[in-house]
Amino acid sequence: MQEILWYGRGGQGVVLAAQILAESAFLQGYRGVTSAPMFGPERRGAPLTASTRISPESIRIVSQIEAADISVVLDESLMDIMSVAGRTRKGGLLIINTARTCGDFTIDGDFRIAVVDAARIAREKHMFFGGLPTVNTPLLGALARVSGIISLDYIEKGLKMKMPDTHAYSNFEAIKTAFERTRVTQEGT
Amino acid sequence: MSHCELITGNEAAAYAVKLVKPHVIAAYPITPQTSLSEKISLYIESGEIKAEYVTVESEHSAMTVLISASTMGARTFTATSANGLLYMHEQLHWAAGSRLPIVMCCVNRGVGAPWSIFNDQQDSFSQRDAGWIQMYCRNNQEIIDTVIQAYRIAEEVYIPVMVCYDGFILSHTMMPVEIPEESLVQEFLPPYTPHTEISPESPKTVNPVFFPWRRENHEGVLCDGYMEKRYKLQDALLHSADIIRRTNRDFAAMFGRDWGGMTWEYRTDDADIFIVGMGSLAMEATVAADELRRGGIRAGVLGIRVFRPFPCREVADALRGARAIIVFEKCVSYGQTGGFSTDLKAALYGTGITAPLHNYVAGLGGRDVKARELTEAVEGSLTAIDGGDGEHKTVWLNCFTG
Repeated sequence: MQEILWYGRGGQGVVLAAQILAESAFLQGYRGVTSAPMFGPERRGAPLTASTRISPESIRIVSQIEAADISVVLDESLMDIMSVAGRTRKGGLLIINTARTCGDFTIDGDFRIAVVDAARIAREKHMFFGGLPTVNTPLLGALARVSGIISLDYIEKGLKMKMPDTHAYSNFEAIKTAFERTRVTQEGT
Repeated sequence: MSHCELITGNEAAAYAVKLVKPHVIAAYPITPQTSLSEKISLYIESGEIKAEYVTVESEHSAMTVLISASTMGARTFTATSANGLLYMHEQLHWAAGSRLPIVMCCVNRGVGAPWSIFNDQQDSFSQRDAGWIQMYCRNNQEIIDTVIQAYRIAEEVYIPVMVCYDGFILSHTMMPVEIPEESLVQEFLPPYTPHTEISPESPKTVNPVFFPWRRENHEGVLCDGYMEKRYKLQDALLHSADIIRRTNRDFAAMFGRDWGGMTWEYRTDDADIFIVGMGSLAMEATVAADELRRGGIRAGVLGIRVFRPFPCREVADALRGARAIIVFEKCVSYGQTGGFSTDLKAALYGTGITAPLHNYVAGLGGRDVKARELTEAVEGSLTAIDGGDGEHKTVWLNCFTG
């Protein structure tokens, strides 16, 4: 089973990203797929998480994810206030929306780091939501590139389950660009 | 043809409501039920549910609207959580006493004070004695299937049914759900016929003051007193267990999914350590049973699907070979012990089952409970029991009690 935690702020589409991944994985043939928001009240701008679990077998676990195989960070300022690295599993993967390079991150942890400037891609594609660049969907492209659990084709199919075709088209353009621009380190470097 | 969708527990419940085609719906939003009543409103707005949606100012009024509608022969639905359910309390008794087949979802949430919007099962547990059937679901597929079954059960035995499922843990979590074929649901669920016909041409007074004694009516027929009416409710509830078992069998034959009727079991064939629970916590316990078996402990899970009527026969049969019974429960009978285990102990009295019973009050107000913690709790209990301690014990799991 792969456990994915999404970190972002209220209004960034954190829950939607977790759900699109779930839809994509289900369409790709995984029998066990669940996706949940952080339980509780929601507030724009407040730090929040969402989760996706993906497994070839149906899932019987409903408790919260302790440590993630893949952590996806929509807002890198959250890494200062939330234990993102600490909740990423050994051998796992940390994907960050950032203008910086992998080498700029000095994080202790036995996992790979992947970076992509999702905000820049969103600005280039004129994709904004509530005045902010849409970074949730491009990160799905980064995930498809480095995780090895989901293909770009199924991300496109999953996207269409959650939004109208015209939106899916423009979002998928951004996803493909993010897929190409994602850079990844080796473990611990 | 049936098809599969990734949906939340609340969406699964709303889907079931769409499939059973109710006539009257009245609900008041409350977290974590809200997205269910929102979804139903959308279905009504789009014409996918052709029901009268009565907007009300409270849960008490929601149930009162349904009591009136159900009396007139309408199929009805409502849903609530926690303090909303408590506000309905008086009318819950009235619905059951009137023998009305109302179906309600209780999206389980902790009860204030102090305020919590998070999950436990204290809300529905506290309505245990209102005369309703109570069913608990372990995942979203069971929610959609159980709501459909609930209507057939309710309308056959004339008892309201509360379909309970864990707030947030199921209500807000997406998982794959097979959507039953609409024509099959129509075949499975015959139209509702009220037990008493009331119309302007045939006016009747329903449930006026009953006296302690039996009394002749104006035609000279000796009629029930209050006590006979109440006995009939109890008798019908006890006998509804057979209907619930049969409904589950018929559902399984038609839709291919068997939820076990009154209870369900996981890896119990050769088990001597029994973990008992209700709802999503019992599903998580199946993972703990797997872990325990890897450690050489023959553990199995007895899941309680129906809490009222109490599955006396099933628990006695299942626990016959138990060396230890470990209950995990999200409710408390304050001043006694864990809510469910109190009833379980009562059901085992006189059956000859004397295995030590440890009960863990867990997950109150949404406190997370992991399979690993269930495993550790069982191992801890077994250390005490194998060390010769045969006493029953209550522990508040993951709770600072020092």
